Amino acid sequence: MMKRLLLLLSAVVCLLPSAVLRSQDTATVKGVRIGLTYAPGTRPGVFIAPVSGPNADSVRVMLARDLDFGDRVTVIQSDGGEALTGTLNYPVYASLGAAAVVQASVTPAGSLHIVVHDVGGARVMDVVDYPLPAPALGGEWRIAVHRGSDEVERVVTGVKGIAATRTLFEREGSLWIVDADGSQAHAVAGTQGGLSPAWHPSGRYVAYDEMANTGHHTIVVRDLATGATHRSATRHTLNITPAFSPDGSTLAFAAGDDGTDIYSVAPLTDGSATRLSAGQGTLNTNPTFSPDGRQIAFTSGRLGHPEVYIMDADGTNPDLLTTTSFGDQLYRSDPDWSPDGRRVAFQSQISGVFQIMAINLRDRSVQAFTSEGRNEAPSWAPDSRHLLFTSTRSGTRQLWVLDTESGRTRQLTRVGNARMGAWSPRLDAAR
Amino acid sequence: MFASRRSIAAVALTLFAVSACKKKPEPAPVPTPPPSAPAAVAPRVNQDSIDAARRAADAAAAKVAADADARRHAAEMESVRNTIAAKVYFDFDKDEIRDDQKVTLDAKVGILNANTAVRLRIAGHTDNRGSDEYNLALGQRRAASVQRYLVSRGLNASRFETVSFGEERPVAQGENEDAWSKNRRAEFEIIAGGDNLRMPR
Repeated sequence: MMKRLLLLLSAVVCLLPSAVLRSQDTATVKGVRIGLTYAPGTRPGVFIAPVSGPNADSVRVMLARDLDFGDRVTVIQSDGGEALTGTLNYPVYASLGAAAVVQASVTPAGSLHIVVHDVGGARVMDVVDYPLPAPALGGEWRIAVHRGSDEVERVVTGVKGIAATRTLFEREGSLWIVDADGSQAHAVAGTQGGLSPAWHPSGRYVAYDEMANTGHHTIVVRDLATGATHRSATRHTLNITPAFSPDGSTLAFAAGDDGTDIYSVAPLTDGSATRLSAGQGTLNTNPTFSPDGRQIAFTSGRLGHPEVYIMDADGTNPDLLTTTSFGDQLYRSDPDWSPDGRRVAFQSQISGVFQIMAINLRDRSVQAFTSEGRNEAPSWAPDSRHLLFTSTRSGTRQLWVLDTESGRTRQLTRVGNARMGAWSPRLDAAR
Repeated sequence: MFASRRSIAAVALTLFAVSACKKKPEPAPVPTPPPSAPAAVAPRVNQDSIDAARRAADAAAAKVAADADARRHAAEMESVRNTIAAKVYFDFDKDEIRDDQKVTLDAKVGILNANTAVRLRIAGHTDNRGSDEYNLALGQRRAASVQRYLVSRGLNASRFETVSFGEERPVAQGENEDAWSKNRRAEFEIIAGGDNLRMPR
């Protein structure tokens, strides 16, 4: 019944006057944009047609799942059958509630060929092709299919998807990596003792805290492609919580022996680190850069308990960001600045249990996102809409993904204990 | 003539006796008594035995004493090591040395003064209620707080290395104050000079 209702609603959306379906984003002729109008809060229906070619079912399932996880469209799946050929009967798809039809095939040359149809306009909106690296169904092959999904999402909604991303996290003493759809989880070799992973904006490098059995902590930058590592040493025994600047030219982290401050260093060089914060023996950790690289949010205990502060990237003008007007305990930490610059997510103790919140930087309003179990360590997706976080709601510490607009959550990891998740930038082919 | 007859009779009796003896089984030889030792030799043999016994007794006593010494030394060393290794505990989200923990640290001071070659690694730990990463910094600060206290008692700061495990190495599992209080601690490990520890005199 519910499904029928959704289909009906989708159909209503699709039958809106064509004047409403103003063009957006998809240019077929210079100066003219043809596409669907995507209004935030609505979810246009997207029909995923049967796919032709090798591994067709895998491709169809991945496209459908990626678009579903993107939370911007309502996926309408075919029940199998033959791939579409010839001219589409657009009114049929409109009756199914589809605003767009995705017609994909895997070519004999090994490329993913996707045609996106505008049902309301009865025309082809866009055609995209992605080479699929061998081996089929391997990690890079899957990322290429995810790129196709992200492009479909961009064509349909105007916002690129986040399927071609990965998450780094800590599990049982090592760093692991998993695709955004929860597949391809594997340990990153040579990362024993790894904590607090952070992505380089290129997606090629990861920085993390390597905790030795002696308790010494070193910042390590690892090339995920080659496995080569570079250690950023300070004179301190504690070097933790690294974060790259948006342009990748700076690596900030916390270091100290008696109290910690925020330091910065040029990554992959042997240059000495520069102290940014002036904590005077207090605890200062978890730096996160604003998208323009000009400011840093961080956790500080300078008031006697942890709160989130913002300072200029050179360490000047520190300012308390999280006030005490919310929550019943004085413990707010682990900030992560959204890629669009509008919000800083953090964790706050409510009745002694951490919950995920975000503060709007325009009006400093705070939104709480979680209440079930212990939830911590937020990390924004590249779309500034989804949040990755650690939660105990399933009984063990696992990574979950939250759509901050709809409140929908999904579990990303299920094995052992997973924490300290870090969402990658979009993994473009050129990385 | 009469004398001659008596002689003949005696001879006859003797021959009879001899012949009679030949006919009887030979009697078992009577054990020959050992020759009497000269009066000066007998005490020497006894003394050797006594000396050997004494030496054995002395050795045994020495071994007992050595074992006792070894046990005492081992017990002292264990006591010294236990005193050095004794943990100190902290309040939630605090790094100050609690008054009830100072006696634990004061006991280390005498031992460290008596063993000037000893270097210690002080590792700070936390419970699991705070942020995983902020807890690493808090653990470090707890270790540093312990170091500051020991230095304030006259010990050289260079004898200590401070590190943090945050909440990564709990000694007690559970989501209750009993477990949390056991995990909020500083631990001590000898990293140099621990081979010949001495009790303070």
